[in-house]
Amino acid sequence: MSEVLNALFLALLVILAGAAVRVRDLVGAVLILSAYGLTMSLVWAGMGAVDVAFTEAVVGAGASTVFFLATLLRTLPREQPRERRARPATLVGVLLLGGLLLLAIHEFPAWSDPSSPASLHVSPRYLRDGYRETGAPNIVTAVLADYRAYDTLIETVVIFTAGVACWLLLPRREP
Amino acid sequence: MIREHDSVIVTTLVRMLVPPIQLFALYVVAHGHGSPGGGFQGGVILAAAYILIGLALGREELERRVREGRLLILGAVGVLIFALTGVLGLVLGGNLLDYGVLSIVGVRGSAARALGIFVIEIGVALGVAGALTLIFCRLAKTGEEAL
Repeated sequence: MSEVLNALFLALLVILAGAAVRVRDLVGAVLILSAYGLTMSLVWAGMGAVDVAFTEAVVGAGASTVFFLATLLRTLPREQPRERRARPATLVGVLLLGGLLLLAIHEFPAWSDPSSPASLHVSPRYLRDGYRETGAPNIVTAVLADYRAYDTLIETVVIFTAGVACWLLLPRREP
Repeated sequence: MIREHDSVIVTTLVRMLVPPIQLFALYVVAHGHGSPGGGFQGGVILAAAYILIGLALGREELERRVREGRLLILGAVGVLIFALTGVLGLVLGGNLLDYGVLSIVGVRGSAARALGIFVIEIGVALGVAGALTLIFCRLAKTGEEAL
């Protein structure tokens, strides 16, 4: 059942991504992108990555949609220009790259494979000692806020700096 | 650009929804170490509450509740809480961001680390909420028509 649902969500992702690119009305594209974020968060939840799903839902489906819409209200035009046919060189390049990616897929570890290289390095130690060392039952928080606190500190600084930069760049008064 | 919504249903519903959303944001921040969530998600939800106010009740109402200068300070305070907690570890003889040495308030070992995590989650939440609300306040200022 879970695999059927996963396949359904992944197919929906591809359809939504295609639709977001194809649709001419930009407000429509933003809303489709929001649906894409929500579907993505369901995929994450299906993989058991609830923290990532939570972030994707609040940022990908929520906050970024509002920011896109508010930006659209300030800018013109609201529609994409009529699409031109893809140039042959572009088409060949995209097909080549896509083919290469498809070729490389079977080298990837299987879906939620516990013996994939990424799960064998430090993860077992975090899972074994995380709660005893940090007192945080949620191992994701233990990693983000303690073991990897440097990354999170710099991340927070980046988010704040980006916010202040946007604030400074956007005009102060109504035109 | 964004003025109060015409429908009384929308404005009433938003007025009713905002306090629970803010409470939920605090819950997500406070329970980050035990359940999914944490400073980042809680901060975004807190910002979303103010974005909702701006969208449904209009820009004037948003500006009545939060001022841009205060948001800037709020975000900076959040980042500073995080950074100073890290430096405190250094001052008390540990490494940077080593919460294990935060035993001054009577907790030690993993309890001190859990306390450190809680404090920096609050910092992250303030920083993220301040930055996102700040961007939205400025985005909401101009534009040619209401949503």
